[in-house]
Amino acid sequence: MMKKKLAFGVAIAAALVLSACSSGNPLGSTSPNPSGASATSITVGSANFPENELLADIYAGALTAKGVTVTKKLNIASRETYVPALKNGEIDLIPEYTGAFSKYLNPDADISTEAAALASLKAALPDTLTALEPASAQDKDSITVTRATATQYNLTTIDDLVPVAKDLVLGGPPEWKNRSYGVPGLKKTYGLSFKDFKALDTAGPLTVQALKNGQVQAANLFTTDPAIKANDFVSLTDTKSFFGAQNVIPVLTKTKATPEVTAALNAVSAKLDTDTLATLVTKVVVDKQDAATVASDWLKANGLS
Amino acid sequence: MSFVWEWLTNPAYWQGSDGIWVRLAEHLGYAAITLVVAAAIGIPLGLWIGHTGRGRLAVVNLANGVRSVPTLGLLFVAVLVLGPLLAGDIAFLVPAIFVLVVLAVPPILAGAYAGIESVDPSARDAARGMGMSSWQVLWRVEVPCALPLIFSGLRSSTLQVIATATLTASISLGGLGRFLIDGQAYRDYGQMAGGAVLVAALAMAVDLVFAVVQRIAVSPGLVPVRTSRRSARTRLVPNPA
Amino acid sequence: MKWFVGHLGQVGDLLVTHALLAVIPLIIGVVLAIPLGWLAHRFRWLRTPLVVSTGLLYTIPSLALFILMPLVLGTGILDPLNVVIALTVYTVALLVRTVADGLASVPDEVIQAATAMGVGGVRRFFTVDLPLAVPVIAAGLRVAAVSNVSIVSVAALLGIAQLGSLFTDGFARNFLDPIVVGIVACMLLALVLDLVILVGSRLLTPWTRSGAAA
Repeated sequence: MMKKKLAFGVAIAAALVLSACSSGNPLGSTSPNPSGASATSITVGSANFPENELLADIYAGALTAKGVTVTKKLNIASRETYVPALKNGEIDLIPEYTGAFSKYLNPDADISTEAAALASLKAALPDTLTALEPASAQDKDSITVTRATATQYNLTTIDDLVPVAKDLVLGGPPEWKNRSYGVPGLKKTYGLSFKDFKALDTAGPLTVQALKNGQVQAANLFTTDPAIKANDFVSLTDTKSFFGAQNVIPVLTKTKATPEVTAALNAVSAKLDTDTLATLVTKVVVDKQDAATVASDWLKANGLS
Repeated sequence: MSFVWEWLTNPAYWQGSDGIWVRLAEHLGYAAITLVVAAAIGIPLGLWIGHTGRGRLAVVNLANGVRSVPTLGLLFVAVLVLGPLLAGDIAFLVPAIFVLVVLAVPPILAGAYAGIESVDPSARDAARGMGMSSWQVLWRVEVPCALPLIFSGLRSSTLQVIATATLTASISLGGLGRFLIDGQAYRDYGQMAGGAVLVAALAMAVDLVFAVVQRIAVSPGLVPVRTSRRSARTRLVPNPA
Repeated sequence: MKWFVGHLGQVGDLLVTHALLAVIPLIIGVVLAIPLGWLAHRFRWLRTPLVVSTGLLYTIPSLALFILMPLVLGTGILDPLNVVIALTVYTVALLVRTVADGLASVPDEVIQAATAMGVGGVRRFFTVDLPLAVPVIAAGLRVAAVSNVSIVSVAALLGIAQLGSLFTDGFARNFLDPIVVGIVACMLLALVLDLVILVGSRLLTPWTRSGAAA
């Protein structure tokens, strides 16, 4: 381990000396990482919320079991950050969600059904990337309110919010403010205009606290979030399928999708349903177990490692 | 880097409830609350330590210890611990101000204490010889003589607080940090770099105001000894946020 | 505590990465700051612009610097180089002034004595001026070391793993244990670096221990 870290340090020092200024916008670069040309080494990334890190750990464990060399770079902020990293080869594989990723790539994508979301995603993916088999597990964004707010305004669906939204503050991750998949999209699809939008975190403790203590009256939480049940929150029904279908799906660099990698990841998707995912997330978030441990236990129990 | 200029000069970004003017005002507000609280704690304590000579070692160690506390970690702990105890918008504001105060106190304290300690002992003796009480020595001789270093401490704190207040945007507060966090969230480099420029400009502007106030407040007869002022400055440099 | 015991390996790995990310900029920073500090000391008119730009650099929030680095360097978004170079900028900013102060603290009579003995130019700088400036430079280095350790943790917001990852992970799960362990580990690392520099500076300047004036 020491040796590896030392090598890392030396590499940094060397890179500093060489530091070739290949100017220009790094986000526009699509050249694959030259050092990772071998298909048997894969760098797995994840977004900055526990469920996504857990999924990345599951993928990593399944691949390692099949002899693939795996490097993990987890907790990479939002899509706006990790998608460029995926495109330029800094990471090769990331757990995604069919609907949300389609909308990110194409704001007009149809994600109303599972099949539509998958088709939209495949159509919108850049040439260098590929999406494997989706899992039946879904984790949707939601507009969630407290039980008290739901009762006060008689809310069960997102449509019910339309007449009262002008008095309510919506909370969500910062990127929601401008994303078609956030505030602008809600306005377009539902005609919802909230009094204000408050940038919180990615459906994490800030969002839960802000909803609980009344800083926001409606907020984005994930449907697999154990905090919804624990706090007796109400997730409003998405009648217009704005959040659409959100099957968990491995997205990876095409050149890395060897038959063994594809088989290993598809085997994971085949076993992963929504209840399983919610249970695993609860172990990480509520029981404070390590994502890597939860992942490897589950893989073992399902004969995937 | 022209995108920075475009962002900064677009009047649309200056207006509205999430525009630059509002964020500037919020940022200044957080800094002002923090500095008032930190000064209320740090200056009297520093004066007392400098005047009595007690607790000197504790202060030096405290200042060094606090400097090594990672701000981001402290901020998260404060939110998780204090947040649930509070309701409404102060639920995240109070933990943020708490963390900023923790950062701001040591330089102020060190400035006040070092200022008193740097007072020429012969001036102190002369004051005592004139029959001044301990309080009179403190207020009429030591504090005026210590003002340059007290200001130096305040100014380091201010720079540090203005730079660090950006991190509070990661726990949903306003201020100029919003442009960094939001800019990161949707990869808007103009907004991020513009936000960084604004933070630096604000820090410079506030420091300039302090410099002017200091010039007015400090007796012109007090020309600090060059070497001692220098070493004090080195000691009081702020951490970047 | 229980969490810590169960995660010794993980914390250890993060600590090593954290230490490297904090220390490498320190070393590069010293190497760069010595010639710059010498310039500021040698040419008076350079001092003010250098000191002012130092103040400016310090007010750039680290988060912004980390994220903007790829634009300037052409590096990847997740490249630890972004952190290393950003911290090098802060270190240089702090040390240029310190080196200049350190060189200024060398007594004139020593320099005159050296010159009279025929030691001049580059040789005098490395054998007389620089060694005598070590205590002041070391003091600045200690400040830089401690603040570097704190700043590195901010890079966790960008997905660069080090002790700061314990903060983001703990926060996302509303779990204090990893955050507290991360804070303590950061403080210990800062303390160790501080001591190493202190001891190193003492070893480099044996004359300061004998109590004899330099």
